[in-house]
Amino acid sequence: MPLKPERQPMPVQDPGVRARNFDEVALGYSPEQAQAEASRCIQCKKPTCRMGCPVEVEIPQFIKHLRDGDLPNAVKALKSKNNLPAICGRVCPQETQCEAQCILAKKGTSVAIGRLERFVADWEGSQGITVPELLPATGRKVAIVGSGPAGLTAAADLARLGHSVTIFEALHVPGGVLSYGIPPFRLPRDVTRSEIDYVRSLGVEIQTNWIVGKTIDVEEMFSEGFEAVFLGTGAGLPQFMGVPGENLNGVFSANEFLVRVNLMKAYLFPEYDTPVKIGKRVAVIGAGNVAMDAARVSLRLGAEQVTIVYRRSEAEIPARHEELVNAREEGVAFKLLTAPTRVLGNEKGWVVGLECQGMDLGEPDASGRRRPVPKPGSEFVLDTDSVIVAIGTSPNPLIPQSTKGLKTGKHGTIVADESTGATSMEGVWAGGDAVTGAATVISAMGAGKRAAAAIHEYLISRTPAKLGLLR
Amino acid sequence: MYRIVATEVPTPNSKLFMIDAPRIARRAKAGQFVVIRVSEAGERIPLTIADHDPENGTITIIVQAIGKTTRKLSELNAGDSVADVVGPLGLATEIEKYGTVLCIGGGFGMAAMFPVAQAFKEAGNKLIAVIGARNESLLLWEDRMREIADEMLITTDDGSKGRKGMVIDALKDVLAEGRKLDLVVAVGPVIMMRAVANITRPYGVKTMVSLNPIMIDGTGMCGGCRVTVGGEQRFVCVHGPDFDGHEVAWDELMARLTIYQPEEKVALEKYQCEACKSA
Repeated sequence: MPLKPERQPMPVQDPGVRARNFDEVALGYSPEQAQAEASRCIQCKKPTCRMGCPVEVEIPQFIKHLRDGDLPNAVKALKSKNNLPAICGRVCPQETQCEAQCILAKKGTSVAIGRLERFVADWEGSQGITVPELLPATGRKVAIVGSGPAGLTAAADLARLGHSVTIFEALHVPGGVLSYGIPPFRLPRDVTRSEIDYVRSLGVEIQTNWIVGKTIDVEEMFSEGFEAVFLGTGAGLPQFMGVPGENLNGVFSANEFLVRVNLMKAYLFPEYDTPVKIGKRVAVIGAGNVAMDAARVSLRLGAEQVTIVYRRSEAEIPARHEELVNAREEGVAFKLLTAPTRVLGNEKGWVVGLECQGMDLGEPDASGRRRPVPKPGSEFVLDTDSVIVAIGTSPNPLIPQSTKGLKTGKHGTIVADESTGATSMEGVWAGGDAVTGAATVISAMGAGKRAAAAIHEYLISRTPAKLGLLR
Repeated sequence: MYRIVATEVPTPNSKLFMIDAPRIARRAKAGQFVVIRVSEAGERIPLTIADHDPENGTITIIVQAIGKTTRKLSELNAGDSVADVVGPLGLATEIEKYGTVLCIGGGFGMAAMFPVAQAFKEAGNKLIAVIGARNESLLLWEDRMREIADEMLITTDDGSKGRKGMVIDALKDVLAEGRKLDLVVAVGPVIMMRAVANITRPYGVKTMVSLNPIMIDGTGMCGGCRVTVGGEQRFVCVHGPDFDGHEVAWDELMARLTIYQPEEKVALEKYQCEACKSA
């Protein structure tokens, strides 16, 4: 019996070269590779992969068209559910979602669904994006707050249904985490831009420099004629460890570090005005995707030694597997089972070291992961001059601060129904990191999609005659 | 793009800009600020709203040309535009009736303090305004302040107007005279605000300061503006900019303000060099 063909490897930039540039690491499949990979899909009658996808992409369908060389229909199938496939194909954790459910994964390696998604989306990008048919205009106005993955998805779906959609973005560039957070070597800016252009091509208006809660508030949006508001404001305030020395010079939140580099283009300083500070020896605290990004950006800015400090073991690392592999290949070092206890500074207030403690794994905690417990006598000092804290964020407080009647949870997250995104306020939905705390691009897109469906239902159930009565 | 409607040069070292930003003008309150990006490759900087006109839809900011960005901004005139203006940011100053409120401003703080002083006056407080500069020609908005103040104290380093000395000397005088102050509000360079807090501390006079640390987004995202206040970590952009001056960890704040000094110097030198080449 012939062996099943192996999964097509992703061509990548050489680790030694890419660790010093901001160009995309993964180069994408060639047409031959894509077709060969697509042929591995056995076209299950009951595709389990779809169930692993938060937006239920028509996976077997788009792969079948790709296998048959029918790219236009592959695009159509893909985009019937996913408005931002070029982004998802690059940043989704497929190995825990669609690919984890692939039947081939039971006996070997799953179909490389994410890579195929990227191939199809990039092909469309190279052809010039076609605007799908929109339903007739309903004249109903919807406000979307935040232009990250949740907001863009909700906006695109609602626009396709014929509604008049305006996105309000706080920063000067749309995209949310796709612009300020994820570095260009993982998600090139022209990819983000062309996905946003696609959303605009559906008639969605994007207003930058609008901070809802400051420039305008939710109540005002209703009085200005919006009938529904979706809050996709993302994760906000960076969390710090709460150890002494965290405000020393040379300690940055990953948000600050990445915003300087990705949003403000500090890697082009002094061409661009925003500077970024990077030491010779950088310690990155945390091991999620953001930590990997910060570590790899540090290398690209010229750091000589970059160490990820993580209090659990490799098995618990929350980052996407591919990014962990990439980081390692590029030379990022890992100090696992290690927790910082203090940042050490010199007399001028600059970081000179990170005092750490070794950890053991104990019983599982509330998250189901084994709880790290300090190992006595294992204290040591990591020689470092920069510390980047990437241990998560709390939701942005601006909207809850300014919106009476909007219920928030104990960590400041907006309380919203999981299946619809409905909040405690009539006419207001929410989704993405603002609701869940820091999570993934695709889960935010899933929330945006579900909320868009709920908003659409709400709008059509409200006949114009009722409008005056309800509000 | 945000259009500059008018400019003025109130003193030789500062420039005033009225910017068309109707949404911000409509909602701005005393003590709030905007983040401005002058041009496409520019950085985002926070600037206090010195005045706003909801009817005409303009906000007013006053800038002293010190670094590259403030210099670049200062070269613009009416009819020019800046790339981005976003706000109003930060929490508005909590205005209450305290009794006697002394507002003390130095540098750009002379103008930044104005709306706060005005709001305290309107809330029924007796207002003592203290402003000071190196010499008479550098005093900002003396006339406007005089209009609202019950008492006006002016200091100049060279004695060309008012008391010779610094604003904190005038504050010391008032306290030494045994006069009762119910609140002191300080706006200006960190070194001055710290000095004010140190002077009022032994008198037990509540002292409010308006902090202006390194900031990027201004919306609570980057954490660059974090300060320790009363032993707690606070973000100036969403928890401030006003804090109790007796609780601020000043040394830490001052150290943090120096983080990018070498880069700021590089940027400025490069800018000046290009400016002279094109001249």
